[in-house]
Amino acid sequence: MKRWVANRVAPIGLVIIVFGIAAAVLAPVIAPYDARRIVPQDALRPPGGRYLFGTDGFGRDVFSRVLMGSRISLVVAFLSVLIALLLGTTLGLTAGFYGGWWDGLSMRVMDVVFAFPAILLAIALMAVLGASVANLIIAIGIVYTPQFARVARAAALSIRGHEFIDAARALGLGNLRILRRHIAPNVLAPITVQVSLSLSLAILSESALSFLGLGTQPPTPSWGNMLSEGRQFLELAPWNAIFPGLAIMMAVLGFNLLGDGLRDLFDPRWR
Amino acid sequence: MQRYLAGRVFALVPVLVGILAAVFLLIRLIPGDAVQLFLGTQVEMTPEQMTELRRFLGVDKPIWAQFLDYGSRILRGEFGVSLRTARPVLPDILARLPVSAELATLSLLIAVALALPLGIASAVTRNSTFDVLTRIGGLLGLSIPNFWLGAMLILFFSRYFHVSVGRYVPLTQDPLATLRSLALPALALGTAIAAILMRYVRSALLEVLSQEYVRTAHGKGLRRAAVMVRHALPNALIPVITVVGFQLAYLLGGTVVIEEIFALPGMGRLALQAIFQRDYPVVQGVVLVVALLFVLTNLLVDVLYAWLDPRIHYG
Repeated sequence: MKRWVANRVAPIGLVIIVFGIAAAVLAPVIAPYDARRIVPQDALRPPGGRYLFGTDGFGRDVFSRVLMGSRISLVVAFLSVLIALLLGTTLGLTAGFYGGWWDGLSMRVMDVVFAFPAILLAIALMAVLGASVANLIIAIGIVYTPQFARVARAAALSIRGHEFIDAARALGLGNLRILRRHIAPNVLAPITVQVSLSLSLAILSESALSFLGLGTQPPTPSWGNMLSEGRQFLELAPWNAIFPGLAIMMAVLGFNLLGDGLRDLFDPRWR
Repeated sequence: MQRYLAGRVFALVPVLVGILAAVFLLIRLIPGDAVQLFLGTQVEMTPEQMTELRRFLGVDKPIWAQFLDYGSRILRGEFGVSLRTARPVLPDILARLPVSAELATLSLLIAVALALPLGIASAVTRNSTFDVLTRIGGLLGLSIPNFWLGAMLILFFSRYFHVSVGRYVPLTQDPLATLRSLALPALALGTAIAAILMRYVRSALLEVLSQEYVRTAHGKGLRRAAVMVRHALPNALIPVITVVGFQLAYLLGGTVVIEEIFALPGMGRLALQAIFQRDYPVVQGVVLVVALLFVLTNLLVDVLYAWLDPRIHYG
């Protein structure tokens, strides 16, 4: 039974993710209505009939809005994790490989970023940068950089002492070449796991920030701001809050499953 | 132990200076002039008055001098003055602190109360239906956004039990009422941590159970329960403390979002209101207080761990 779970976990996650990405890419084709189309006489219709997920206070189709909202969520998540990945691994690899003052400095900076609760740092950054999608990507990217730096540094440190690195150096390879050819491939496994888990955290962060009014701004639909708007008629029309929340949960679950499965694959100790 | 403590505290100094610098620089990221920020858009001033105000605010000095000013003021407990109420920031923050601290503590208690029994039962009945269900539950708990869970809890309890979340009552006034007003928010915030802890307890216990000394204990005829309580659990659970340490950031940050949903008058709500009023000293103050709180509680967790785990040498 356990092996069954372990072996199915990553593929299930992958299926959810592929499904989600397909829905996001094809959203304009699939969506039955324009996500911004306001039909006052159809306000707060319950799910069913012409409106699969019901309608919101402006009579907008919740299903179409959830679909279009997936685009913002996924784009912000992927780009912010890309920033964290590039910045974090570069810092971590060079810090672990070169050591010395560079290691000390860059890791102290990471310690400081790490000393702020992630969501609070993102909130503070959004507060001063101003709410926009670009700033959302920057803020979330900065917040998740230290994790990548630490994972990459630990991997670089553990590899640095190995004989094949000494051999490569003896063959006259330069530092950069050793970093690129021998160390980078070895950090691939832990970094891949980190990417997957960070994507789930980034989706949560984006929706939390948008929920608080500091992220994606209406009328652009995002899961977070839909939830925030839906909260006004939580009792009257709960579907406005339920469906965007379910969408967030599925997306986060997908990346968590994939990350978990990959970690089991790379590191059997965690099984 | 004392040397270990001193070393840990000393290692905090650069991080604390870094935190101070980050919070100081945060405000410099705002586009526009400090004086303009102070005044808002309503006030017209002559250039002479502007220069005077600039000197009054200390923003005419070079940036490193401003930072030194800022640092020494923080050390003296002067966190600045609210741009909206003109009151000192720190007392207002500290007045809100108990709400957030109580919420975070209760969330952690709920998380541990859920995670320990479930994690242990799941490890002991490994690969049973119960184990698989618990693990699926753990993954779901990890994936539910806490603010959505909060909204769903409010909806569920008001619809089916006709219970609404009560207004917050200070702990000193009526502890039971405090508990009542914090129970649902703490459950919403604690669920994800419960899931993380549960997964960790399970895998830590499984690893310990496969160790030779546990087999030896079984071999010498100890009963299962005795092996668990005396040998397996302590070794599996002590490292869980460090995982709790990692979750403190999530707890402290999460209070901001949860306070907003449940309309709790904590620090996070204060910060959010301040953000929308562009009251930056308040935002700055809350961010600094939370970061300090996080660093200190983390230190506490590390020390507790070192104290509990005989394998760690304090040297």
